[in-house]
Amino acid sequence: MERSPQTELAIEMRGVAVGALRDQTLVVVEEINWQVFATDYWVIAGLQGAGKSDFLMMTGGLMPPLAGTYKLFGEEMPIFEDARLKQRLRMGLVFETGQLFNQLTVAENIALPLRYHQNLGKPEARERVQPILEALELGPLADSTPGAIGRNWQKRVGLARALVLKPELLVVDGPLTGLDLRHISWWQRFLNDLSRGHPLLEGKPMTMVVTAADLRPWKDSARHFAILKEKRLSILGSWSQIERGSQELVHELLAT
Amino acid sequence: MQKGNASTFDSPQIRFLLRLPLPRSLSHFAGRKLFRFLLTVQGLGAFSLITLGVVLTKFRAARRLIWPLVFHETSRAGLRLLPMFLFMAAALGLLVIGQTVSWLTRLGAIKYLGTIMVIVVVRELGPLVAGLLILARIGTANVVELGTARALGEVEALEALGIDPVHYLVVPRVLGLVIGVFSLTAYLILGSLLSGYLWAFLQDVPLRPSDYFRQLAGALSGLDFALLALKTIAFGFIIAIVTCYHGLAQPLHLEEVSFATVRAVAQSVIACVLLDALFIVIYLAA
Repeated sequence: MERSPQTELAIEMRGVAVGALRDQTLVVVEEINWQVFATDYWVIAGLQGAGKSDFLMMTGGLMPPLAGTYKLFGEEMPIFEDARLKQRLRMGLVFETGQLFNQLTVAENIALPLRYHQNLGKPEARERVQPILEALELGPLADSTPGAIGRNWQKRVGLARALVLKPELLVVDGPLTGLDLRHISWWQRFLNDLSRGHPLLEGKPMTMVVTAADLRPWKDSARHFAILKEKRLSILGSWSQIERGSQELVHELLAT
Repeated sequence: MQKGNASTFDSPQIRFLLRLPLPRSLSHFAGRKLFRFLLTVQGLGAFSLITLGVVLTKFRAARRLIWPLVFHETSRAGLRLLPMFLFMAAALGLLVIGQTVSWLTRLGAIKYLGTIMVIVVVRELGPLVAGLLILARIGTANVVELGTARALGEVEALEALGIDPVHYLVVPRVLGLVIGVFSLTAYLILGSLLSGYLWAFLQDVPLRPSDYFRQLAGALSGLDFALLALKTIAFGFIIAIVTCYHGLAQPLHLEEVSFATVRAVAQSVIACVLLDALFIVIYLAA
């Protein structure tokens, strides 16, 4: 897909180094020079332990880069100040394991950001959450607590919670990891719909960054591919570029 | 063997031994403990200031979410503990006041009853027992809940959603515990004073209720009320800050939660006793 010259730059990283979330002195990835434009759909692949989650947590603004500069929609990251919070909320982050609040029900988990940022009471928030519950087929589980539902559904609740504030950029960590086939195909279809413009977001195309252990499931949906290997982010380009390029490299990187 | 302590410590062998450095492991142990203590004090101080800052700057923010949480925490650290506190008040009345009244009567010193009751129950036992009971029931729960939330990545999830974890998780607990310790101390003191008289009455002590309460009223001063309020608020704040700090402020793995709970309880008890000592100094100086 061609970009117009006016396309906004969503993510811009220059010389960025990423530390591990559990030990931020440990460099996991370095020398990242990467740009994500609005409506792009990126898949970042890497083997187990390559630093995908740490990279995504840094991208999600949970920790500062160890080196270099990272800008989100032109704003220096990370953003912790209330004054710039609105800019920060243009991005939604979905964790690999959902990371739901165990003491809240599914509906309360999804409503929490709305209640906090828009000062809504429980009934109003529940009303606002209902379309999301329906779109993500979570209606029957709305009053269950996370511990009472399966992992497949927990991840989906994590996605619903990230979408409730209608972000423009969605960063998703390992959406297909540990899912059964039915859920895998649902996620691929739903993320594809989001990137093309889902009715939940008034049909506005969403910018997507997804991490995965394998690039192949994404060949028909994602538009840009990169890979994390040996502490470096290598941009592979589109799927046709990957196919035209060194198959050997891709096979090696993907351990296929 | 030389005679007397002075000559024993004056021997060349002892002087040589005293000049030797402490055993490496002992000095390391003491040094580690000291540094850990200083780091904890620094961390607790910073965490207190951050929490106070959030209370002041975000007092009205997200109030339809935060205030119900404050009420929930107040109910958990206050109303729901009332039956246990009424039982403790009856026990305290029996153990302390009933016996004191009985012995003062035998010694003919019943006119000092009010003063003794105010010193023992109002100034000391009431706030301290209330604080320690709430630490056991609610403080430990705070560390476990927050430590588990931290270990399971819920705190990162809050940050990712732009929700201030201190505002959402700590502020309701701090306010709930402050209100809870304050209210339950008042109930505990009133219950103890009443049950104390009841136990004394059952022992046929010749003291009319009006005399008993007149003595109590005479022994109480405005300073007692002011310092009691300050002390209970400080106890509630300290317990909340120490337990929330150990649950939340450091990255934890699930297996570390129990150690964090033990540390938080020990530090809360020490902090409350030290604060109590400070209030005794204020009483004596006033």
